[in-house]
Amino acid sequence: MQTALFIIFGIAAIAGALNLLFQHHPINSALSLVVVMMSLAVLYWSLGAEFLAAAQVIVYAGAVMVLFVFVVMLLNAGVEEHTSGSKIAYIAGIPGAAAVFALLAFVFLKNKAALGTTQLGGDLNNVVSNLTEISHTLFTSLLLPFEATSILILVAILGAVVLARKEL
Amino acid sequence: MSTNLLALLPEIILTITGVLVMVLEPVIAPGKSRKPLGWLAILGTAASIAATCYQKHVLNTSGVFTAFYSTVQIDAFSVFFHLLIACVVLVTLLASLDYFASPITHAGEYFALVLFGATGMMFMTCSVELLMVFIGLEISSISTYILAGFRKGQATASESSLKYFLLGSFATAFFLYGIALCFGATGSTSIGAIASGLNTTATPTLAILAVAMVLIGLGFKVSAAPFHVWTPDVYQGAPSPVVALMSTAPKAAAFAVLLRFLFNGTPQLRGHWILMVEILAILSMTIGNLGALLQKDVKRLLAYSSIAHAGYLLVAFTGVHKDAVSGALFYTAAYAAMNVGALLVITQISGFDEKLRSIDDFTGVALKRPYLAALLGFFLLSLIGIPFTGGFFGKFYAFSGAIHNGYVGLAIFGLANSGVACYYYLRLLAALYSRPLGDSSAAVLPARTLSVPAAVAVTAAALATLALGVAPNSVLHLVQHSAPETLPAYVVVPAAATVPVATTTAP
Repeated sequence: MQTALFIIFGIAAIAGALNLLFQHHPINSALSLVVVMMSLAVLYWSLGAEFLAAAQVIVYAGAVMVLFVFVVMLLNAGVEEHTSGSKIAYIAGIPGAAAVFALLAFVFLKNKAALGTTQLGGDLNNVVSNLTEISHTLFTSLLLPFEATSILILVAILGAVVLARKEL
Repeated sequence: MSTNLLALLPEIILTITGVLVMVLEPVIAPGKSRKPLGWLAILGTAASIAATCYQKHVLNTSGVFTAFYSTVQIDAFSVFFHLLIACVVLVTLLASLDYFASPITHAGEYFALVLFGATGMMFMTCSVELLMVFIGLEISSISTYILAGFRKGQATASESSLKYFLLGSFATAFFLYGIALCFGATGSTSIGAIASGLNTTATPTLAILAVAMVLIGLGFKVSAAPFHVWTPDVYQGAPSPVVALMSTAPKAAAFAVLLRFLFNGTPQLRGHWILMVEILAILSMTIGNLGALLQKDVKRLLAYSSIAHAGYLLVAFTGVHKDAVSGALFYTAAYAAMNVGALLVITQISGFDEKLRSIDDFTGVALKRPYLAALLGFFLLSLIGIPFTGGFFGKFYAFSGAIHNGYVGLAIFGLANSGVACYYYLRLLAALYSRPLGDSSAAVLPARTLSVPAAVAVTAAALATLALGVAPNSVLHLVQHSAPETLPAYVVVPAAATVPVATTTAP
């Protein structure tokens, strides 16, 4: 059952991501992104990270994507113009991406025994909520990064205002 | 004062000042000068320098201390970088008080963003927890992305900002992935715990990959080749004072993280990362210098020169531990002083519109602006590495550190590169002092007077460069003092004990 879920939503995530890239209309791309986010949420849940899954659905698939779609509609963005793209991107980019992927795959497969395995959905049996653990970490050992994120958000807002404001 | 408050005092002061500037900006009527906000920002930066000095005083009396569950560690190393970053920000603010003159109304946001960026950089240098480093890196990066696009009227500005944003986010993703792999290999993201975790890790290859990812991410930030492609375009499009800031302060902060992470967090993998650093250094020096030879635009030239300087700085990493750290720190200070100075002088000469762009445009500037031309000449000599300038001792300590540890070939390669670099620096210097043709831009340059704050700023940068070249002992003492504190942290800080260890995934 868990394996079936993994296969279905894994494929959905990859297909959604590819569709996002190949669509020409921004709305279609944004909606494909929702598919990716939702599928990832299911994968997180099946690994026992139920808080992350919920946050993924509420924050990313919910709030962020609504904003995305709003912006796309407000700007009334049409079908994107398609350029042939730079040659270097094809010559260097594709082998480069393949090399990084191969390197990562090699390292993970080489360390397969040491990294160990987990049962899909195994963390869901006799489960203890990881909410306590997350909040404990967040408000003790990682308190400072948590607080400093507010400065980060402030800077982002300030930047949006600066870049969007009309020159007087 | 509680330790938590004391440890973050400079950052807190900068943040509060930034927020104040932001809140006061709409209070000032549109069209009025934003200079008071600039003075407020300068005051805040000066206060944060004072706070750092107080930290140093506490450090001398009661030793290294940590705060916020060992997220932040205040030692001579962090104090050194706090001072460096605050000084760079201070001179930049002084020199750019008049830069955003009347028609542009968002000068207030400029001051606020500079302050917030400085906060992020300071967080990077004092954090010993990689997640905190990441947040600091993001704060400083996002501020600089926005600052790069500040002259909105110009196409190059948007190109600069967007390119920097896209490539920078890509680099940050690498850095973040490196942190995740570190956690996978050692079970922690705290630098001290990573060092002790590496002794018992079951997956050493994963740790090497993590180090490589972090190197790529930070390599982007310090514009080391082959991750340098954004540098010339961004520097060309960004306003000059912003280039002065972002070619020095964020780079210093990124080098601080790199030093802490490599020497403190992963000393066991030294054999592996030293090879990667060596390759980065050789590529940066070669590409930086050869690229600069071809440039006509002065800001692009200085961009390639900054790539080359990142290479020289990476050479310092090959020394034995103490030499390496003190050499790198000294070079960072010297580079910051001379580069910020050179770009601030260019700001003063070419102004907001940047009528003077190419080397030919700078022909004969010495006739109209003799003092500024003399200072720029001095900074260029320092960038070459002529004795009696900070650049000379910077290169001296970097290369001698490498030679002492047996990297003679690398040092010779670096010296040969410095020889090549003479050509393009001297070309600009010669242009400054040659007789202009009748219609050259410098001939029509208005004889503007240098404002007092700007004069103070560029003179201070020149004096700092001179001081580092004539009497390097005081700074050398400070950097040698900070080196021992970056010795493997698992000996000093019981970080592993305080971090709640997450449940391991292996069955």
